[in-house]
Amino acid sequence: MITLQHYLVVSAALFAFGLLGVLTRRNAVNVLMGVELILNSANINLVAFSRYGAGNLQGQLFAVFVIVIAAAEVAVALAIILTLYRLRRTPNLDEANILRG
Amino acid sequence: MSPEVIVFYLFALITVGSAGVVVLARSLIYNAFALLFTFFGVAGLYVLLGADFLAATQLLVYVGGILVLLLFGVMLTHKLYDLELRSEVTQFLPGLIIATGVFWMFCYPGIAAPSLWPANWPWWFGRPGLIFRTSWATGAGRVPAPTAKEIGKLFMGDYLLPFEAASVLLLVALMGAAMIVRRKKDA
Repeated sequence: MITLQHYLVVSAALFAFGLLGVLTRRNAVNVLMGVELILNSANINLVAFSRYGAGNLQGQLFAVFVIVIAAAEVAVALAIILTLYRLRRTPNLDEANILRG
Repeated sequence: MSPEVIVFYLFALITVGSAGVVVLARSLIYNAFALLFTFFGVAGLYVLLGADFLAATQLLVYVGGILVLLLFGVMLTHKLYDLELRSEVTQFLPGLIIATGVFWMFCYPGIAAPSLWPANWPWWFGRPGLIFRTSWATGAGRVPAPTAKEIGKLFMGDYLLPFEAASVLLLVALMGAAMIVRRKKDA
């Protein structure tokens, strides 16, 4: 019997891995991958609550909005990373240490 | 073991295992392709949860869109003669401690079922994690079986304003991304 807690544990593991990726990677694209993992873990939570909790579709609707925002976020973040690469010739985040464009 | 349990553990293993590869493998290409399997596993979990529309959306948007975009990002931010696309790792130990601590805080007894916990839970054993300590309000009802029709009704009805706002957000993100990467000389 699969309960709500099973899904929550999977989601927490995904969140922990995403957090680890965001904290430890120097490459900006890798950090973006960590953010994607975190967003996916939030989505699993929303859908699991929608299924086991109220039993309506609101959670799935929120998950759709999260996916939309993730798509927009990745597009803009990759544009910023490409601009950074053009400026500094490196995708490493700790070399993005100037404010001047 | 019912088939549902087996399938759940299969998808959970795919999801969490490939998420580990995403975070821990050194090669950027390995990271990106492991992310593919993570997205597939999450889509499988959506199917198990009865969210068929969301599973299809996950495959279309994440696998078809975001993953390809990330691969573009990997390829465009390295010189073509860089044969090995390595990603450096910094401050690994603090990050590992924080991530493990967060996971510990959420699901401390983790694997063990509540029936296996010690009866009077000594203080040095710690308190159960957030997931197991909270009494979730569960079991009110089931979601309708094919969800696409109901989701469409909700989007066109109660959630029309957020839906329109999301469409404007996508347009703005599209234009903003194009503006940011445009070379100054072409302007």
